[in-house]
Amino acid sequence: LRKNVEDFTGPRERSDLGFVTFDITADILNGKNGLQTFWNKNTLIIFDWNVKQLFLYLSAEYSTKNNALNQVVLWDKIMLRGDNPRLSLKDMKSKYFFFDDGNGLKGNRNITLTLSWNVVPNAGILPLVTGSGHVSVPFPDTYETTKSY
Amino acid sequence: RLCWPGSGAAAMDLFGDLRRMNKRQLYYQVLNFAMIVSSALMIWKGLIVVTGSESPIVVVLSGSMEPAFHRGDLLFLTNFHDDPIRAGEIVVFKVEGRDIPIVHRVIKVHEKGNGNIKFLTKGDNNEVDDRGLYKEGQNWLEKKDVVGRARGFLPYVGMVTIIMNDYPKFKYALLAVMGAYVLLKRES
Repeated sequence: LRKNVEDFTGPRERSDLGFVTFDITADILNGKNGLQTFWNKNTLIIFDWNVKQLFLYLSAEYSTKNNALNQVVLWDKIMLRGDNPRLSLKDMKSKYFFFDDGNGLKGNRNITLTLSWNVVPNAGILPLVTGSGHVSVPFPDTYETTKSY
Repeated sequence: RLCWPGSGAAAMDLFGDLRRMNKRQLYYQVLNFAMIVSSALMIWKGLIVVTGSESPIVVVLSGSMEPAFHRGDLLFLTNFHDDPIRAGEIVVFKVEGRDIPIVHRVIKVHEKGNGNIKFLTKGDNNEVDDRGLYKEGQNWLEKKDVVGRARGFLPYVGMVTIIMNDYPKFKYALLAVMGAYVLLKRES
């Protein structure tokens, strides 16, 4: 995971913009029992007859001076029943801009990235499940002025 | 008495019944009908209380959340005050000044220590976030804009509401048939 922080004049007043690249390795079960490694933890998710799709998303959660809790979705993916349940994504860039509400990314040592998913059934309850396994990412104390990403 | 073939005979019987029914019977039928309507309303109000949402059942109107939800799907909502709004949740909200509820997903949350939350939404099937849908100058949604959180879903069932909206004649026809049935059926 590599990180840069740039001060960017976004659509609103100047806010911190973070850049994160990440790898995701996930094994999502297909209805059979077994040990799955998912970011170094064991987890069991089932694609059964009533699961139409999973909406996966990677979110960054952190605290700043301005806000006690911030959550930003960096990346998402729709996994339909029948799609390859194994994710092995390397060097992914965030799909969405990681803007903070203010300047709370600079020097923030504790940004937690978690993979979660929304189970969309053919009919029934819509649960939100958080994957077991998360990564803590620190942001550097300085801004980068290079625009390469 | 004239003889009518097939269903014509049933229709003649129906109107014959109607004329023979005395006033007391008519009042009884009307009261029966009123009871059914009141029960339905009470169930709806009960749902509003139990879920905490002003509109606990909504119909999806657009394709902006495909392939999860399609136009005509039914969503069941709750709106408990203590439920925090978190990224990834599917919320139904109303933009200030507009009547139409929108069903999209929360992609950004900024919550202050005192519980003040502002969040941003986006439809799964849309390229961009919802800022273009909010009011002029509004960049975030707040708790007060939320109608509820989507907890459960049934496909296709809401299509009836959409058809009734788009084809009002169908709605009136349906109501007339229902009314006629309830008023005329005899409890033997």
